[in-house]
Amino acid sequence: MNNNLKSLVGSLKQNAMIIALIIVMMLFLILTNGVLLQPLNISNIIQQNAYVLILAIGMLLCILICGNIDLSVGSVVGFVGAISAVLIIRMDVPVLLAIILSLLVGVVIGAWHGMWIAFVGVPAFIATLAGLLIFRGLTMVVLQGTSLAPMPLEYTFVAAGFVPDIANIDGINLLAILSGVIASCLFIYSEISKRRNKRRFNFAVSHFGSFLIRIIAVIAVINFFTIQLARYRGLPMVLVVVVALVLIYSFFTKKTIPGRHIYAYGGNPKAAVLSGIKTKRILFWVYVNMGFLAALAGIVFTGRLNSATPKGGDGFELDAIASCFIGGASTTGGIGTVVGAIIGGLLMGVLNNGMSIMGVSIDWQQAIKGFVLIAAVGFDVWSKSRTKT
Amino acid sequence: MGNYILEMRNITKTFPGVKALDNVNLKVKPKHIHALVGENGAGKSTLMNVLSGVYPHGTYDGDIVVEGEVCTFKFINDSEAKGIAIIHQELALIPSLSIAENVFLGNEQTDRGFIINWDKTRSRTIEMLKKVGLDVNIETKIRDIGLGKQQLVEIVKALAKDVKILILDEPTAALNDEDSNHLLDLLVDLKEHGITSILISHKLNEVTKVADEITVIRDGAVIDNLEKGKDEISERRIIKAMVGREITDRFPKRKHEVGDVHFEVCDWNAYDPIDSEKQILKNINLNVRKGEVVGIAGLMGAGRTEFAMSVFGKAYGKKITGTVKKDGKEIVMHDVSDAIKNGIAYATEDRKTAGLILIDDIKRNISLAALDSIKKGIVIDDNMEIKVGEQYRDKLNIKSSSILQKTGNLSGGNQQKVVFSKWIFADPDVLLLDEPTRGIDVGAKYEIYCIINELAEKGKSIIMISSELPEILGMCDRVYVMNRGAIVGELTAQEASQEEIMHCIMQSNKEVTK
Repeated sequence: MNNNLKSLVGSLKQNAMIIALIIVMMLFLILTNGVLLQPLNISNIIQQNAYVLILAIGMLLCILICGNIDLSVGSVVGFVGAISAVLIIRMDVPVLLAIILSLLVGVVIGAWHGMWIAFVGVPAFIATLAGLLIFRGLTMVVLQGTSLAPMPLEYTFVAAGFVPDIANIDGINLLAILSGVIASCLFIYSEISKRRNKRRFNFAVSHFGSFLIRIIAVIAVINFFTIQLARYRGLPMVLVVVVALVLIYSFFTKKTIPGRHIYAYGGNPKAAVLSGIKTKRILFWVYVNMGFLAALAGIVFTGRLNSATPKGGDGFELDAIASCFIGGASTTGGIGTVVGAIIGGLLMGVLNNGMSIMGVSIDWQQAIKGFVLIAAVGFDVWSKSRTKT
Repeated sequence: MGNYILEMRNITKTFPGVKALDNVNLKVKPKHIHALVGENGAGKSTLMNVLSGVYPHGTYDGDIVVEGEVCTFKFINDSEAKGIAIIHQELALIPSLSIAENVFLGNEQTDRGFIINWDKTRSRTIEMLKKVGLDVNIETKIRDIGLGKQQLVEIVKALAKDVKILILDEPTAALNDEDSNHLLDLLVDLKEHGITSILISHKLNEVTKVADEITVIRDGAVIDNLEKGKDEISERRIIKAMVGREITDRFPKRKHEVGDVHFEVCDWNAYDPIDSEKQILKNINLNVRKGEVVGIAGLMGAGRTEFAMSVFGKAYGKKITGTVKKDGKEIVMHDVSDAIKNGIAYATEDRKTAGLILIDDIKRNISLAALDSIKKGIVIDDNMEIKVGEQYRDKLNIKSSSILQKTGNLSGGNQQKVVFSKWIFADPDVLLLDEPTRGIDVGAKYEIYCIINELAEKGKSIIMISSELPEILGMCDRVYVMNRGAIVGELTAQEASQEEIMHCIMQSNKEVTK
């Protein structure tokens, strides 16, 4: 019994951030009289926070490498938004071409940072601080100090559109429900095969009860959300984008050799070099990737706002960094997961949304988010130091 | 009662799942050098951590009695107040501060409680340095003095706190013979001045030389206690107590089947990576045959590590010139991954900071240098990785709870086995082993030697760098002697002896001073 209890406490600790997210959601569910989880609001939360989630994925890779951060992403979001608005509105470039060009601009900006950081050896903090100033300034130059609006429908589709339904049933979206069912099946399959594999090699597996509870809880959550979405307008396009990114980057970091090299580099740079890992190259590509994702976030944000403004993206870098650390990433590198960063981002998003519904003023929202960040990381550090002794 | 300055009575300390110390009794007489020996993981460090207050009172059972008074240390400061100072293997000095600043760090000489009196600090430092026979400018930064001198500064730092009991954890592990001897002489000298030392060491010749009393610990319990004058003290008896069996031969035999020249380095030069005017390696020529173990002997700072790393894909140095040949054909290596592809491996002397990823588990460390060989498409095959991990854990006898254990929690010997596993798995033809047995105990050393022999018998070429001359003499078919960045002698196993090697070094020093 004692052992079972211990393994239960252990798995609770592992999932601390998920539990925190659930508690915060429950809290706001009560405080907002249920508004938080209404179909319309769930769509809103997803669309409001998608760009932070996209940035958090890229930021996580930077942080995995010895705790490097990228301070420039907020400015890059604004800059890419401005570029795409100028291309489309002022220069009449076709939307698809404009989006591709904008993403390319992001990649080039990433390569610019990566070059200074990896090959010249400028500390990431400084190189990207310079980027923050440079691209904020250039945003204003490109926009000539004014906002550009409105964006065409094709452009805003990624940020504000919904995936068309496969059937035409009144009041319910079949595709959303179906995707929930499919996701559940895939989740069950992957969990069972993971467990079977662990058994095969005689590794400790979690207690069967907690395993079952975990599966049931996750499936319940997935289907609750897809059903709620189905009752509104179906799957937001941007949700599809974010889920795809999470799957791709989780796979990349966990399963591929470059992903493993990133963790090894963060875990011990010297040992990584002496194991034949091309650390400079990794550092460079991680920043190129960050530039690409920042550009994507810029397109999503501009589409959501339906305009490009000189102040667009201001302070986003801090939200992305906070998401990663709330999600359990280590400040010294080598520890952290994509899913963790996403959960951290969602926690902040739910806080924002819940407080907005309650009518909490923006200044208080900021302060409360700060408290959550310090509490989350403080708890993490504290619980780790306890398990050591 | 009053016979002992320190008594640890019935100390028992348990970690979750392990009993690290089991009813340990340690009695130390004043003005004695008391040696504590045992294999890695035997519990020596845990015992000293209990004593110094790293594990506070209440987390262990038993009593600590200092000068007849039962003490309950909650913090390290408490034990320091009682005159107990511990000097860890990893030195706790600040490289960017001067000697004087370091000596009185945390113990600043002040006026009115908060203003540092630098004159007093300097004059007291000079006085203390004289005591330990260290003749350097006290304004020198710690990073600019050698390891041996740093060790002495650590001792001075402890002495400045009016220490009565000095605990030294492997003080000579990283020192050459000359510095080691100086340090041991100092301990004897301090003894005359009334300071008691507890010496933790793996070097049994040192222990038998200076210790007045020896306590042997194995698996968390005291196995044997030898007192000078009362008991017969011999390395043989200590080893037997430490490992629980008699090791008749410290160096295992191997079949010598030396083949053709396999690996050659010709006219190798390299410069300091920071100061590109300073030549670190001078015109080095060296070769290894198939199945041969070649040693590189030399003092600290002779350039041996720098040589090995510069050959290993230019991992060290600037303006590197010279050629590397394998089977007579020149190979070009721009970086470490080229070196690995060409079948060369380098196991670092510093496994904690440059060899292992301590926050990662055993299997991921083993596979790191050869991930390509366990991939399926673009994906790392987890099952294969697990199999490889299990295979090497078994083969090299890595003592661990499973291959999922973090390498940071392993003992030194087992960490070294993980490093070896990693490089053997990368399947090299040439292995550069830098201090392969540094800081590991007799039993694990023997196992490492067996692994080296097995590799040689399989036809691999091995270059072994070591500061322990008996090891070089016991293991190598041929020995190169290095000094000041150049090869100053080449000796066959028959010719080589400690005297001969030292003679080569001294001879070259003379030529330089001429």
